[in-house]
Amino acid sequence: MATLQTKTPSQDYRQDVFMPKLTKIVGRALIYLLLVALSLWFIAPLGWMFLTSFMPLEQVGVFPPELIPRQWQPENYSEALKFWDFGTTLRNTVFITVVSLIGHVGSSTIVAYGFARFRFPFRDALFLLLLATLMLPFAVLLIPVYIAYNEIGWVNTFWPLIAPAYFGQAFYIFICRQFFLGIPQDLIDAAKIDGAGEFTIFTRLMIPLAKPAIIVIAILSFQSSWNDFLGPLIYLKNDSLHTLAIGLYKFQGLPGQGGIYNQQMAASIMMVLPVLIVFFIFQKQFIQGANISGLKG
Amino acid sequence: MATAFGSQLTELKNTTGERWRDLSPMRKREARIGLMFIAPWMIGVLFFSLAPFLVSFFLSFTKYNIVEPPTWVGTKNYIEIFTADPLFWKSLGNTAIYVVGSVTIRIFLGFGLALLLNLKVRFLGLWRTLFYIPSVVPLVALSIVWLYLLNGRVGLLNWFLSFFGIERIRWMTSPDYAMIGLLIMSTTWVGVTMVIFLAGLQGIPEDYYDAAKIDGANVFQRLWRITIPLMTPTIYLNVLINIINAFQVFTQVFIMTNGTGDPRDATRVYVLHIFDHAFQYLPPEMGYSSALAWILFMIIFVFTAIIVASSRRWVFYQN
Repeated sequence: MATLQTKTPSQDYRQDVFMPKLTKIVGRALIYLLLVALSLWFIAPLGWMFLTSFMPLEQVGVFPPELIPRQWQPENYSEALKFWDFGTTLRNTVFITVVSLIGHVGSSTIVAYGFARFRFPFRDALFLLLLATLMLPFAVLLIPVYIAYNEIGWVNTFWPLIAPAYFGQAFYIFICRQFFLGIPQDLIDAAKIDGAGEFTIFTRLMIPLAKPAIIVIAILSFQSSWNDFLGPLIYLKNDSLHTLAIGLYKFQGLPGQGGIYNQQMAASIMMVLPVLIVFFIFQKQFIQGANISGLKG
Repeated sequence: MATAFGSQLTELKNTTGERWRDLSPMRKREARIGLMFIAPWMIGVLFFSLAPFLVSFFLSFTKYNIVEPPTWVGTKNYIEIFTADPLFWKSLGNTAIYVVGSVTIRIFLGFGLALLLNLKVRFLGLWRTLFYIPSVVPLVALSIVWLYLLNGRVGLLNWFLSFFGIERIRWMTSPDYAMIGLLIMSTTWVGVTMVIFLAGLQGIPEDYYDAAKIDGANVFQRLWRITIPLMTPTIYLNVLINIINAFQVFTQVFIMTNGTGDPRDATRVYVLHIFDHAFQYLPPEMGYSSALAWILFMIIFVFTAIIVASSRRWVFYQN
């Protein structure tokens, strides 16, 4: 560290004695005031979405805005559903999300284990390639991949949205590999002495031990499929194939929907709610998921 | 991710330069099993990354409308982009504004919030959750609610600003303000950056601060001389991730402008321009669009390379 201005400890001590307690209290109060104000900023979009979803129509167009619904109107939800086949879009979204999640977890753990526990020529080069693919902008890959799917007749099916999940996802492999590297070799050696083969070790020993990493991958996969917009936008043309994200986008753009904010917000809440529920159950893992990218290296 | 590169390289040294025929039978068996485990990814990377990457490069020198086979046109697409496509420059400019603006916001706001939460405040988990929540809300829903928040006539943001005496602004419908509107909206996802910063801050040993306090360092000296130097690896990572992501901004702009980049192309970002040529124009211009995509790739590549190369000068690792 660089040199710091020196002061004798006694000076510091004196300062503490003379520093009125009041300043400290005021300082703390300011910190909490700031925290509350900032929380309001971050919670405003979601809170406003929720409040507006219950307001009568004449209230959403007033300025200055009124924060509390004049009368709570759950009909907005049923009204919104009339314009939009919510059941179908929900079913499609759940299907894509679940099938992708199974693929992501399965393939990424298998590949990660291969990178973490076996030595083979070019392993390091291949792993660097894996890290490099994380940097590839999606826009470069989008067009050739679309053309290929178009050639084999996969456009307007769910395949383009679920098939890639079964070939491992670079970031999830990275997360899982880091986790496997942390598992002591002794455990594996002990299992080998007991006569377990490589695949038994993987399925019976490694997978249960890797549960924390698997939950993080599952959450990231759930989020990416549930929230995906571009994929369904390009690949799913028929209404019957639409996902929640596309359904919500189309609903908002329907003629006559301009300014009908209460129903738009009701529809938005319906899409957001499942994500929020999952978030509150797995909060810790969500935060970990955000963190792993930064720190596990 | 990025901090990983350094350590990964040394850790993996043990297989470099090995050749298959030099391996013992035991090692060959191990290698075979290992390759079986990574086989799904090897197939995937070939078909979903490497092949498309090269095909995209090839297509960028062709004219291709998907129905008829591509025809070779040499560098025509690139020449047209640089000399006869005003929207290319416009979208590149808009994207540059977005990258500079949103990355600055994310880094400073994210770091500020993390510092605030690191002041040993009570209910840390609660505040962190509140700041993080919008980051998990689906982008489509967030875009729709922000469109309402930014509404010029009845939006909540204008109401908030009215307390500071600011007249109502027509954010997303005026060319001068639409981009600022998007930047204000981009504060919503600062949570991820904040969480990474906070974890970094929590990893700084308390002893360093105690020692500095005894030496009489004040708050700002401690921040400048201890916190920031020790946080450079985390700052580096966040800058890199956020720049790469910001260059590819698309979804919220598409939703909030119905895919038009309005008003008057003020929000036409680069990926929207790529998307237009490939998926909105009739007939589709896949070749031209691929050329646009490759230019974006080169830009991101150069920026990444500059940041990685510069990191040796300003990123300090403790060990």
